[in-house]
Amino acid sequence: MLDDEGRAVGPWAEEPKLSFDELREGLEHMVTLRIFDERMLLAQRQQKTSFYMQHLGEEAVSCAFRRALNDGDMNFPTYRQAGLLIAGGYPLLSMMNQIYANAGDPTHGRQLPVLYSAKDHGFFTLSGNLATQVPQAVGWAMASAIAGDTKIAAAWVGDGSTAEGDFYAGMVFASTYRPPVVINVVNNQWAISTFQGIAMGGSETFAHRGLGFGIPSLRVDGNDYLAVYAAARWAADRARNNLGPTLIEHVTYRAGAHSTSDDPSAYRPAGSGSAWPLGDPIARLKQHLIVSGEWSERTHAELIAKVTEHVIETQQKAEAIGTLHSGSRSSKKFMFEGVFEEMTPHLQRQRKEAGF
Amino acid sequence: MNRPTVRREAEAKAPTTTKRMTMIEAIRDAHDVAMAADDRVVVYGEDVGYFGGVFRCTAGLQEKYGPTRCFDAPISEQGIVGTAIGMAAYGLRPVVEIQFADYMYPAYDQLVSEAARLRYRSAGDFTCPLVVRMPVGGGIFGAETHSQSPEALFTHVAGLKTVMPSNPYDAKGLLLAAIEDPDPVIFLEPKRVYNGPFDGHPDRPIVPWKNHRLAEVPTGHYVEPLGKAAVRRPGTAVTVVTYGTMVHVSLAAVSESGIDAEVIDLRTLLPLDLETITQSVQKTGRCVVVHEATLTSGFGAELVALIQRECFYHLEAPIFRVGGWDMPYPHVHEWNYFPGPERVGRALRAVVEAD
Repeated sequence: MLDDEGRAVGPWAEEPKLSFDELREGLEHMVTLRIFDERMLLAQRQQKTSFYMQHLGEEAVSCAFRRALNDGDMNFPTYRQAGLLIAGGYPLLSMMNQIYANAGDPTHGRQLPVLYSAKDHGFFTLSGNLATQVPQAVGWAMASAIAGDTKIAAAWVGDGSTAEGDFYAGMVFASTYRPPVVINVVNNQWAISTFQGIAMGGSETFAHRGLGFGIPSLRVDGNDYLAVYAAARWAADRARNNLGPTLIEHVTYRAGAHSTSDDPSAYRPAGSGSAWPLGDPIARLKQHLIVSGEWSERTHAELIAKVTEHVIETQQKAEAIGTLHSGSRSSKKFMFEGVFEEMTPHLQRQRKEAGF
Repeated sequence: MNRPTVRREAEAKAPTTTKRMTMIEAIRDAHDVAMAADDRVVVYGEDVGYFGGVFRCTAGLQEKYGPTRCFDAPISEQGIVGTAIGMAAYGLRPVVEIQFADYMYPAYDQLVSEAARLRYRSAGDFTCPLVVRMPVGGGIFGAETHSQSPEALFTHVAGLKTVMPSNPYDAKGLLLAAIEDPDPVIFLEPKRVYNGPFDGHPDRPIVPWKNHRLAEVPTGHYVEPLGKAAVRRPGTAVTVVTYGTMVHVSLAAVSESGIDAEVIDLRTLLPLDLETITQSVQKTGRCVVVHEATLTSGFGAELVALIQRECFYHLEAPIFRVGGWDMPYPHVHEWNYFPGPERVGRALRAVVEAD
C-alpha cells in the first residue's frame, strides 16, 4: 500500500482506514518494541538474562495485526510477536520481569525468556517446539464456534516451521471445519541459518500452501503497517462473520540475528542486513505520516526520547526486583506447584525431599 | 447450541440403579452421562461420529448430541490432540479417541510438549482439561501396530495422568473422573476385556461381562477417584501388582496355582496408590509385578523401585516382573508373547518358594 514516497495507494488503502491518531499510536508501538528490543539485547549481553530474541525489521507484523483483533480473541504466537502484547497494552514491566525471571515474572521463572503467557491479553503461552500451536489455535477457534461465541483465534508460524507436520495438521482441520481462525505465516526469510526456500520447496510462495486446502490466502508486505492492518482486518472480519479461515503470508525480513545465540554474518551475504529488503517498517510509516502532514522529524525525535525514557524507567523498576543472577527471583515453592491443579502424592514427597 | 453450561447438580440427584454392561457399553454410557450433564464436553476422533468408533465406544452420541458435540476427525492424530488442547484451553472439555494406542506416536509431541505443560509453563494462566482415550494391548490378533501398551511413555511425562481400568464399573467411574479432572488424562482401554473378563487362555471363550459381578454398572453419574487402587483378591502369601487385562490373567494364575496371593488392580498408574501396594507387600513380604507392555524400562521397573524403597526390610524374596517380551507384537505368535497365567504362575511359585 505504501509507495516509495510514503503515500497510501491502491484499493486496499480505501477501507478500512486507520485514523492518523491510530497511525501515530501504531508508530509508537513499533518504536516501543524496537527500543525494548535494544535494551533487552544489551541486558542479555550484560548477563542480566540468559537469552533474548529481537524483532528488528518485523515490528509492523505483530503491532498492526493486533489492531484487527478484539479483546477476548486469542493469539497462538511464536517468539517474535511481542508487538501483540505491546500494541495490546500489556505492561512492559511484566515482559521485562519474565525476561529477567525475577520475582515479578508471571510465569514464575519457569519459561525461557520471551516465552510470555498472557491470557487476559489474548496471548497464549508460548511453546519452544515449533508449529505445535497451529492446530491448537484451530482447536481454540473450533471451540469458540461450538460454544456459539464470536471470538476468533490467530495462529502464528515462521517460514521455516511450515515444514512441520503440525502445520499441515492445523491446515487440514481449518479446512475441514472452517473455524474462525487466521493462520499467519511470518516469512522473515530465514529459519536461523536456513533460507526460506528450503522449507518452501517447489512452491512459489507460502501463501500457495493455503490454496491447496481451499483456504483463502493472502501475501502481504509485512513491513507496511497499513498493508498488514488491511489484510488482518479483512481476515479477522471474515472469521468473525463465520466465513472461515484465512492464511496470511507476511513477507518481511529478519534484519537482526535469530537470537542472542546466533551470528547471521556466518551465513548471510555481507551487507544484506543493511540493504534491508522491503525497508524499515518504522521509517516507512513515519514517512507516510510526514507526507500526510501529520508528523515531522522533530515529533519523531520527541517520540523516541519519550519512549526511551519510559523503557529505561521500566527497566530500572524490573532490575530493582531482580535479574537472572541477582536480586529476588520466584520462590522455590513454585517449582513443585502447578504441574497439576492439585499436587500429587509423589510430587509432595519429592518436594519434601528437596527441602521446600 | 448456546453458551456451555454445566448441569452437574441436577444430574447428581439422579437415582442410581444398575445395569449389566460390557466395558464398551460402560464407556459409551460415561460419555453419555458427561455430555448430558455438561455442554462443554465434546467428543471426536477418527470414525467417532457417524459410525461410533471402530469399537463402537461412541455409537449413538452424534445422533443424540449433534455433530458439533460428537464428530469425525481427519486421520491426523497430531491434529486431533492439537486441536483438543486448543479447545481445552478455550474452556471446553474435549474427549478425543486415538483409534489404537499404537497410533498415538504422531500425537506424542502434542501430549508431551504441550498438553502436559500448559498449566506449568503458563503458571496456571492456561489449563488443559483434556481426555485422550485409546485402546491398548493385544490378544485380538492385531499384530505389531494394533496391540501395544505404551503406558510407560505417558507415566514418564510430568503433567499427564494415566489411567487403565480393568472392568466396566471402573471404566465408567474412572472415565467420568477423568473428564471432570482439571488436567490432561490419558485413558487406556484394554481392548481384550472390552467384551468380557478373560482368563488368559486363547482356547477358552471370553466370559461375558453380563455374567460377571463387576459388570453391574450404576446408571447415571458416579466417579471412581483417580489414584486409588483396588484389592481384587485378598491373600497372604504374595502380592501381585498389576492393571488392565493382566488383572484377569493374574487372578487366573492365582486360582490355577493355588497360591494365596493378594491381587492389586492399580486402576490409575499416575497418580499411583503407593499406600495400598506398600501395605500389602509389607504384609505378604513378597511381590510379583505383572504388565503386558514390553519389560525393559516398562512401568514395572518404576513399581519395583518404589516397592523396594518402601518395603525393603519386609521383603523375603526378590521382586519379580512379568511382562511382554522386548519385541514388536508378533502376529501369529501373540499367545507366546502375551503374559498368560502359566508365566505369571511360574513367577508366583518362584517368589513364594524363594528363601
